Amino acid sequence: MPAEQALTVLVAEDGAADRMLLAQIVRRQGHQVFTAENGEQAVALFIERRPQLVLLDALMPVMDGFEAARQIKALAGEALVPIIFLTSLNEEEGLVRCLEAGGDDFMAKPYSAVILGAKIRAMDRLRRLQATVLEQRDQITRHHHHLLNEQRVAKAVFDKVAHSGCLAAPNIRYLQSPYALFNGDLMLAAFAPSGDMRVLLGDFTGHGLPAAVGAMPLAEVFYGMTAKGYGIAQVLREMNAKLKRILPVDMFCCALLLNLSMQRGSVEVWNGGMPDGYRLAVDGQVLSVLSSRHLPLGILDAERFDDSTEVLPLAPGERLLLLSDGVLDTADDQERLFGVQRLRQVLADNRDPARLFDEVMQALERFGGRPRDDISLCDIRMFSAEERVPAPIIYSDSGRSSPLDWSLGFEVRGESLKRFNPVPYLVQLLQEIHGLRTQTGNLHSVLSELYSNALEHGVLGLDSQLKRDVQGFADYYQERARRLGVLTDGYVRIDFKVEPHADGGRLMIEVRDSGAGFDVQRVLSRPSLEQGLSGRGLNLVRRLASSAHWRDGGRCAHVEFVW
Amino acid sequence: MTDMHIDHKVLSDLREVMEDGYLQLVQTFLDDSERRLGQLHAAKSAEELGSAAHSFKGSSSNMGAVALASLCQQLEERARRPPLYGIEDLINRIDLEFVEVQRFYRDEQQRISAG
Repeated sequence: MPAEQALTVLVAEDGAADRMLLAQIVRRQGHQVFTAENGEQAVALFIERRPQLVLLDALMPVMDGFEAARQIKALAGEALVPIIFLTSLNEEEGLVRCLEAGGDDFMAKPYSAVILGAKIRAMDRLRRLQATVLEQRDQITRHHHHLLNEQRVAKAVFDKVAHSGCLAAPNIRYLQSPYALFNGDLMLAAFAPSGDMRVLLGDFTGHGLPAAVGAMPLAEVFYGMTAKGYGIAQVLREMNAKLKRILPVDMFCCALLLNLSMQRGSVEVWNGGMPDGYRLAVDGQVLSVLSSRHLPLGILDAERFDDSTEVLPLAPGERLLLLSDGVLDTADDQERLFGVQRLRQVLADNRDPARLFDEVMQALERFGGRPRDDISLCDIRMFSAEERVPAPIIYSDSGRSSPLDWSLGFEVRGESLKRFNPVPYLVQLLQEIHGLRTQTGNLHSVLSELYSNALEHGVLGLDSQLKRDVQGFADYYQERARRLGVLTDGYVRIDFKVEPHADGGRLMIEVRDSGAGFDVQRVLSRPSLEQGLSGRGLNLVRRLASSAHWRDGGRCAHVEFVW
Repeated sequence: MTDMHIDHKVLSDLREVMEDGYLQLVQTFLDDSERRLGQLHAAKSAEELGSAAHSFKGSSSNMGAVALASLCQQLEERARRPPLYGIEDLINRIDLEFVEVQRFYRDEQQRISAG
């Protein structure tokens, strides 16, 4: 018999001749044998030597085989230590007692070496099977603990990145499982320097760690570029390119990205593969549906990626409801899905928008019969000027090297106007001036406004009056995209001049464009109420800057910041 | 005589299995059997009697002493169903049968020691 099948075997038998014979049979089959004369000795030997198999006479003095079997099985615990009863008991009752005491098989006298050998091999197979099962169970448990620990670490790292944003802002209410990251769900929010609020709800394909892997670079791009004031089209392009580069082919990220601009009273939306979001009136009525119009992030290469967004008006108190597919895929006990119809019914039944979030949750719980932990739900209320939370800005330098006497000219021409937005670079540059840092938000807003006026009304010749209603909004942005697409020449020129002034300094900004100009007096004298959704820009610039005026028939804006 | 008292198939298996331990096994069996017989005669209850008969039956069958094992089994069964009238007769027959088995195994010892 091969050495690897050699077992340690305990033989407990009170008859000396039987014991001697049995021990010899087992020994001749290659096993190591310990012998005991009664049950008590057998239990003591078991504790001492931990044999792998036990041959036990049923009727023995001091302690019989039944009691010894019970004690040995208890001592063996989860491991299978097969017990073969040695018996010449013929009655059924005796055999049943053997099994009930924990016996695995019988062996009748006279002993047959052949049969005993076969029984020992069969029991050894069972014993190994049980050992393998236990080992694998323990291995699974270890792996599971390991996995949970890794998830804890990954989540802790991720939380540091993800929660640097403003999900806790008072106008946002959201629900996300603590381990949503491992469901592939992602929710990010941050303020841009202009005071605009950016929110991203994403859903990576797959589950577990693979789904979480892409979340980190996505969050970094989102926060990094939002903090620098990039537009959402540029943020989308960068996120798409990054995911396309790093994710395997079968992985991508459905995403809904939006930009809430209090100053413009609008929301800009891009939805690639997420369920419909909803734009809701102050009274809770559905104003419009934010449907997916794009492929998810990480699928198309840069040339084919479509970053076009929808811009919709959004007044203070109006809200947006965003959700992950976990909401619609919530199943009841008959595997029916919650679906869009039931969600729309909840929206239709709602009377108090402040309670909508709870009503959706309750409807899901009633339908599914249990609370869900794999859904993401986000309710965003458009804030008003009064409650706007200023973006926390973190400086990495001391400000000592602040330059105060310089000028710079910057001109964006032709093709570059289609894609390139110089505002974030210029704001970054102006950050070098320490005295201006408290006004970064205003600077960003003013520069963005002047640049988009120069581009849209100047170079592209779009009429801001178009944006007076919802349809106009859509038409305006469609026309903007069309004219940008066919643009071949034109320019926007930005000049900065910085000089010391009293104890602080002065920044002069000139933004000039190649367009036809506009009637400055007429636009500025229009009462602000009549301006409605359009034309807010000029008043905003005048309000935020130290001074502002327009020259050359509206073709050149001159703005000053003094500190 | 041997066919009636001893199963020679069992016996040859024993010799093969026990190898050099065969003589020691025979001696152990003979000593053990004396003790079992003593227990049979000294038994003070049906239970004690049955238990001794059961053990003696087991070791006899292992040694190929088929007739002895059969008598022990009869005794074990009788002991389980009192009253025990006429049980002495059965015990006497076990005594006599053991004498035959003893004679056979002593011959074995002499034969092997001499050979």
